[in-house]
Amino acid sequence: MSLRLEQVGVVHANGRRALAGVDLAVAPGERVALIGPSGAGKTTLLRVAAASLRPTEGRVALLDAQPWSLGARALKALRARVGFVHQAPPIPPRLRVVSAVLAGRLGQWSLTRALRSWVAPADAAGARDALARVGLAERLFERCDQLSGGQLQRVAVARTLYQSPRLLLADEPVSALDAATADAVLRELVGYSVASGASFVASLHAVDLALRWFPRIVGVRDGRVMFDLAAAEVTPDRLAALYAGDAPAVPERPVETTHGATPPLASA
Amino acid sequence: MTAAALRPELRDPLARRRLGRAVAAAVVLWPLLRLSEFRPSTLFDPANLHVMATFVAGFLPPATNAEFLGFLLTATLQTLAMATAGMALAFVVALPLALAATRSLSVAAVGPAEGRWRGQGIRHGVRMLMVLLRSVPEVVWALMFVRALGLGPAAGVLALAITYGGMLAKVYAEILESADARPARALLAAGSGRVGALCFGLLPLAAQELVSYTVYRWECAVRAAVVMGFVGAGGLGQLLDQSLKMLSGGEVSSIALVFLALVFLADAISLALRKVLA
Repeated sequence: MSLRLEQVGVVHANGRRALAGVDLAVAPGERVALIGPSGAGKTTLLRVAAASLRPTEGRVALLDAQPWSLGARALKALRARVGFVHQAPPIPPRLRVVSAVLAGRLGQWSLTRALRSWVAPADAAGARDALARVGLAERLFERCDQLSGGQLQRVAVARTLYQSPRLLLADEPVSALDAATADAVLRELVGYSVASGASFVASLHAVDLALRWFPRIVGVRDGRVMFDLAAAEVTPDRLAALYAGDAPAVPERPVETTHGATPPLASA
Repeated sequence: MTAAALRPELRDPLARRRLGRAVAAAVVLWPLLRLSEFRPSTLFDPANLHVMATFVAGFLPPATNAEFLGFLLTATLQTLAMATAGMALAFVVALPLALAATRSLSVAAVGPAEGRWRGQGIRHGVRMLMVLLRSVPEVVWALMFVRALGLGPAAGVLALAITYGGMLAKVYAEILESADARPARALLAAGSGRVGALCFGLLPLAAQELVSYTVYRWECAVRAAVVMGFVGAGGLGQLLDQSLKMLSGGEVSSIALVFLALVFLADAISLALRKVLA
């Protein structure tokens, strides 16, 4: 299993409960979308899955290892194999795009390689290839503060693709992008998952995107899993119940689940 | 006071605490001012004014004879060398300490993992060491090293390395901690080490601040090097000591002009570097 959560619960330091009794197993190569109202616990769930948040209850297994019983070195190596696309790109504005992308492999690099790459980009060709997949190849040597918010998010996606993780996690990866770019970026992430066999778990507030790109949908509400279904089984009734009392993000018309509705980014 | 301010739900819950803190600060500071015998009125006492006027008049014109200017140049270079070498050593001392003391670079804090308490212990230890290094003024170290190593700038260099090493480490760590920790945290969570997270996550955010503080400290090191000259560490301080003892006001004002030039120089370097890193 790429990811296995058993009865996972998280209570934050301020006493607020974020997750309760969550069971989730994701097979290698599987693609799962997490949907649910804001504050449902999707981000917390993803952070637990990335071994960057230690749950207060339950067991976590990642890529067949138990992160919280590993030594520091093994935990670092495990984390290097997990990619995470954050909702807000965690990239300092003064960093150059090439360095921002290359930083994706810091977990795999030795200290000397990291320092060498800090002085002069170690693998500009690799960074360019990753950027080409999100349509930003020609911005390689620009500074990140010269990009728009959406472009910066695509750089963050390129960083994660360059990392080549075995488990790909994404927290609202396309919420800052326009509809066409969002679709194209998801296509790249899904394409990476298909080509590499890495599992892909993403939280999305756009239900139509979730249904289009993910065969399996997990509905989360109040820190619990409400349903865990194939995309075809997610009915409007279930969505209405999931989002009840919240601003509905339910698509108005039925969405086809065929792939490839928008042109790829590189040609845009 | 407006009517709105009286409504309990609109009252700033922090207002009372803030007022209390301001009063406490005043209560602590006032006796300190008295203890330091700070009485501005003595400055304007007619008798004192007369003494000061004759003293200041002796400073003009600045000494410009070739022999003295030669001494001045050598002494300036010696002071600059002492300050720069001391800062370089201090930097070498400070870098690993700051790296260890910065909380946002803690790998174990992600999770948090098992090593969290050990990491916190190490950080406390390093902070203690930083306090020890900077607690003794550099002049005191210089006095001791002059006894051990003999007269000359070497004593000043070592003294600066110790005291300034502690200061740089403390402020570096604090500058790094006040930068946005999220980029570094994200890198640590993706398996990066401490140094990688520093270079790609924190330095791009904090470089300007770190550089201007370092140049400012270099400026302070130049002044400290002058003071250490008085206790035998050579350079401008020693020259100033001699000129003062010979009551040669012109030489003193020449030396003072060099101080002014050096501070201008430091300021220009700082501005230029900030522009480069902007």
